[in-house]
Amino acid sequence: MTWVGHYNYWGAIFLMMSGFYVVISRGNLIKKLIGLNIFSTSVFLLYISMGKIKGATAPILTEAARLSPTPQLYSNPLPHVLILTAIVVGVATTAVGLALTVRINERYGTIEEDEIRAKDDSL
Amino acid sequence: MIHLPIVPVIIPLLAAPLCIIFRSKQLAWSIALAATWTSFCVSILLAIHVVAVGPLSYNIGGWPAPWGITYYIDTLNAFVLLIVSGMSAVVLPYARKSVEMEIDSSTQPYFYSLLLICITGLLGITVTGDAFNMYVFLELSSLSSYALIGMGPRRRALTAAYQYLIMGTIGATFILIGIGLLYSLTGTLNIQDMAVQLRANDILGSGNRTLITAFAFLTVGLSLKLALFPLHLWLPNAYSYAPSVVTIFLAATATKVAIYMLLRFCFGVIGNGTIFQMTLGKIILIPALAAILVASIVAIFQYDIKRMLAYSSVAQIGYMILGISFATTTGLTAGILHMFNHALMKGLLFMVMGAVSYRVGSVYINDFRGLGRKMPWTMAAFVIGGLSLMGVPMTAGFISKWYLIKAALENGWWDVTILILLGSLLAVVYIWRVVETAYFNPSHENEEDIGEAPLSLLIPMWTLVIANIYFGIDTSIPLNLAQQAATLLMEGI
Repeated sequence: MTWVGHYNYWGAIFLMMSGFYVVISRGNLIKKLIGLNIFSTSVFLLYISMGKIKGATAPILTEAARLSPTPQLYSNPLPHVLILTAIVVGVATTAVGLALTVRINERYGTIEEDEIRAKDDSL
Repeated sequence: MIHLPIVPVIIPLLAAPLCIIFRSKQLAWSIALAATWTSFCVSILLAIHVVAVGPLSYNIGGWPAPWGITYYIDTLNAFVLLIVSGMSAVVLPYARKSVEMEIDSSTQPYFYSLLLICITGLLGITVTGDAFNMYVFLELSSLSSYALIGMGPRRRALTAAYQYLIMGTIGATFILIGIGLLYSLTGTLNIQDMAVQLRANDILGSGNRTLITAFAFLTVGLSLKLALFPLHLWLPNAYSYAPSVVTIFLAATATKVAIYMLLRFCFGVIGNGTIFQMTLGKIILIPALAAILVASIVAIFQYDIKRMLAYSSVAQIGYMILGISFATTTGLTAGILHMFNHALMKGLLFMVMGAVSYRVGSVYINDFRGLGRKMPWTMAAFVIGGLSLMGVPMTAGFISKWYLIKAALENGWWDVTILILLGSLLAVVYIWRVVETAYFNPSHENEEDIGEAPLSLLIPMWTLVIANIYFGIDTSIPLNLAQQAATLLMEGI
């Protein structure tokens, strides 16, 4: 039953696949961006899971931890830091995507993919 | 001298906000020009230093290697650095007139600022030795290129940019997953240290599943970014609707940098050519061959010539990946050399497209009628770029094709050799269509007189023409660099 213990990885894979499915299957540009967000959020979960150590505390140097005679286990903080950067990248991507969607709406009057295609073909 | 490795990255990064602060298009262009030329000069210095003395490494903030971010420059980095900074230095003088016509004057400072950020990202990927830093720079360059493509004059540019954004982000996320899995295996983000850890913990030979998954994600993600054949769908739209300058710049540099990343991960991390050849090399061989054949055939049927050249880019990327998939020193030399030569010829051909659309307004095949007489210098440049693309002797394209065929014969792959030659023949067909229309079809009857392109477009264009011919005759500089880089990659660490 070890696979049950990896529930956070299963969660990450589920989010990844559902986000990916939304990107592929939806024709609405905003819905596509939401799918893309879910897709990239799943990776954050994957990274955070990697840093976790069973029975370990948060990587914060408290007074109690400093004075304790036995060294304490703490989670790896590096994946957290990396994910902070990745979140910023994700926000920037969403911002650019939404800005493009606004402009597409201004120029085409729609954000449905098939309607945009129809308008382009009719030219 | 100690801080030299970071200079080419930091200069465009600092110049980018200056362009917006001053709000004057003339000043923004001058700043961008100065920044790219400084980067180019520093890149030349770096290349000379690396060839003479050996690899350079630079610890950012003074943090030592496996912990801090390290910039690491060996011959391969220096070579790609030269391609990127060199092409941006050639594109910027061209940009002024072309951008003036295609972009609103109020948004021009933003345009130059985005272009500089894109250059920063691409140069950053090239110099960094840290896997996660590479991802951040990749997203920096990609995000700015989505915005740049969206600035195209036609509204389709927006949908093309959106499509690129979706596919590019999926690719980048795949790369992020791959880097994360490699980190979980090795506990380090430094690419050289990754190779050391993989070897020390004996992960390589045992068919470790995490390693295989990591490389599956990395390869697919990078193939999306570099537009390997079935994943190339964003490229034709993005290249045909983007502003001319953006197309020239991206076609010449962006995909090459993604190929550099693929090389760095596949050879730098695995650190062993034979393992690569037995596994990934075989897998990417098929899409590479398919790219050469299918994309060349599709290019023949395009009416929009910019789009035709975009498909031809997909085919040429196939050649580079083909060279890499051989995983021999000659094959890698061919692939790396073709990165350089392709930047020269596609940069040149897209510059011609920019000049034609500057004068005529669009680049459909019909617009080329009679241009051989009306724009003799521009069309002559097109012919030379086309010859280079086909791989005619005395042009740069010949050298890389020659090494590619040599590598295929060394492996005894006759069928692949025939496909390479067939790809060149297909290039003859699609280039000839344009040449025939330009020189042998009568021009339209009632049409205003079109003059030759202005000098500021012609000079960068002819610089590339001369480079195409020069590096076809005296190929020692790029060939030596490519050979050294290939040997380094094959030796591993």
